[in-house]
Amino acid sequence: MDSIFGIPVQALFGQLLIGLINGSFYALLSLGLAVIFGLLNIINFTHGAQYMVGAFCAWFLLTKLGIGYWWSLLLVPIAVGVFGIVIERLMLSRLYKLDHLYGLLLTFGLALIMQGLFRHEFGTSGTPYAMPEQLAGGRNLGFMFLPNYRAWVIVASMLVCLATWFVIEKTKLGAYLRAATENPALVQAFGINVPRMITLTYGFGVALAAFAGVMAAPIYQVNPLMGADLIIVVFAVVVIGGMGSIMGSIVTGFALGLIEGLTKVFYPEASNTVIFIIMAIVLMIKPAGLFGTVR
Amino acid sequence: MISQRAWLAVALLLAAAGAQAQISGGVVKIGVLSDMSSLYSDIGGPGSVAAARMAVEDFAPAKHGLKVEIVSADHQNKPDVGSAIARNWYDTEGVDVIVDVPTSSVALAVSQVTKDKNKVFLVSGAASSDLTGKACTPNTIHWTYDTWMLANGTGNAIVKQGGDTWFFITADYAFGHALERDTAEVVKKAGGKVLGAVRHPLNNQDFSSFLLQAQASKAKIIGLANAGGDTINSIKQASEFGIVKGGQNLAGLLVFLSDVHGLGLDKAQGLIFTETFYWDMNPQTRAFAKRMAAANNGKYPTMVQAGVYSAITHYLKAVAAGKTDADGAKVVAKMKSMPTDDPLFGKGSIRADGRKIHPAYLVEVKKPSESKGPYDYYKIRATIPADQAFRPIDQGDCPLVKK
Repeated sequence: MDSIFGIPVQALFGQLLIGLINGSFYALLSLGLAVIFGLLNIINFTHGAQYMVGAFCAWFLLTKLGIGYWWSLLLVPIAVGVFGIVIERLMLSRLYKLDHLYGLLLTFGLALIMQGLFRHEFGTSGTPYAMPEQLAGGRNLGFMFLPNYRAWVIVASMLVCLATWFVIEKTKLGAYLRAATENPALVQAFGINVPRMITLTYGFGVALAAFAGVMAAPIYQVNPLMGADLIIVVFAVVVIGGMGSIMGSIVTGFALGLIEGLTKVFYPEASNTVIFIIMAIVLMIKPAGLFGTVR
Repeated sequence: MISQRAWLAVALLLAAAGAQAQISGGVVKIGVLSDMSSLYSDIGGPGSVAAARMAVEDFAPAKHGLKVEIVSADHQNKPDVGSAIARNWYDTEGVDVIVDVPTSSVALAVSQVTKDKNKVFLVSGAASSDLTGKACTPNTIHWTYDTWMLANGTGNAIVKQGGDTWFFITADYAFGHALERDTAEVVKKAGGKVLGAVRHPLNNQDFSSFLLQAQASKAKIIGLANAGGDTINSIKQASEFGIVKGGQNLAGLLVFLSDVHGLGLDKAQGLIFTETFYWDMNPQTRAFAKRMAAANNGKYPTMVQAGVYSAITHYLKAVAAGKTDADGAKVVAKMKSMPTDDPLFGKGSIRADGRKIHPAYLVEVKKPSESKGPYDYYKIRATIPADQAFRPIDQGDCPLVKK
């Protein structure tokens, strides 16, 4: 029993772990999307671009101002989140009463503009971002060589995901938020400033994207297209998990990372389509997604 | 007296009109078709358009009685998009020649359209050696480099240094397959062994899974049969997973100046690969690079962009000499009959199968301590003479070559 379908068990463990790491990026990004959709009913197509901007901000802080990775992890989400708040106040807030489609078109247009600007400035080869020294190197687990940074990615994204889930599902603040999306007029009548809460929620979702961007900078090339490549997959993750379901997007993110990882071993040519095949199947069997409820 | 003058004027007008009629639409129209927005756009893209403009400027068409226009478009690395643009350009826009076209699958499609419409196709960006092999046409010239040349240059050098077992990480389309095939042949011929290969989708982000498979193969050399952003991410993540520290070495089979710039010398140092152009070779190439940088957002030219310049220069010479751009196959025949000479690639020639011949250079990426600044990246380790750099004409199975 040292091989499964011709793949050594040890190698398989390695691939599963890699899948989990990629899954943690899916989870982080789809979580932000799910929060924004669940609470604002906006399909945030700028999410990928905001992730990219997050990575570029980290690069900018490091190369121009000498501010390292750890501070970036804190500062960049705040900065990009504030930028998100400005967008929400100036543009998105005018669309809440209209169909989803308008929000989608606006955010899609914004994403194209942001990508275009960065592409014009930086080209598509991108720029390198150095690995933080404390996390360079790696350890041999016996069945694979695990870079320290990748281990950190799993831990950090799990923590952030669970904390977000906890705040929204288990605290009073989260209860207000959920109530405000169900019936804004009533919640406002209790003296809660609903528009401000919505704005802050959007800012938080965007900050999550920027956080994922900073996390990604040392592994992937910091590149204007890094978000465009990822956002479609992440949308598929959200659709499979159930639009707006927080736990759904976290679990599906990690699970699909695993499935994609396995595909890369058994039939690598299909690794960029497997998620969409799953999406098609899920939509046929359970149109609201695995964890979604029909509204 | 007056009538004599009038006759002279009429005669001159007729002569001018006669000369004009040979140039279709009265203007030589060059279409630069490239990846303008995705992973290969720093290799060709807007830089190729800038190079085309410079070639036309330096040729000074007015001096030769020609009018030249340049148009450009983004083929998005999709064969269907590329051939639709080519067809539209040829049928309704009056384009006479298409240049560049990175992405072999798109180039193979455009080559076919060009042959059907009897126009001219000058490939600089695409790599597949099939363009001058079994898919050669009388309308296509493959200018800058190809997979056979890369494999021959880099593969031989590495096997000679003792890298005799290989594992390939290959981009899953025409180019990657051709590069893997050509390199595997070279490796086997030189006495090496290929232990395996894994194919990844074009424009992939995460290579860790493929790198682990390469690691497990225990091959001494991991050959990267991919390009652009895919190569950059492979190399970057290979260093993260300690591939080189573990005793395996990477062979970037197709690496461009823009890739090295994107990676940084820290990650790219020591890589060995083959190029046909480097900006820091002589005063002319340096002058060209400075001009390109000024015209293209500070970016120095890649060999693909230099190839666009060189190809257009020779094309315009042939059109001026033959006084026609109407019959594509005839223009290409004229180009093949004339020796090539330009400031970037020096003297060269074009073979019957459409292969442009010039020397190739085996380069090594400098250490950060050896580089004087941005774009000072290569040490030239060897020059492969023009007659050895490319696949011998009788081995390509090109139907145009009589055996």
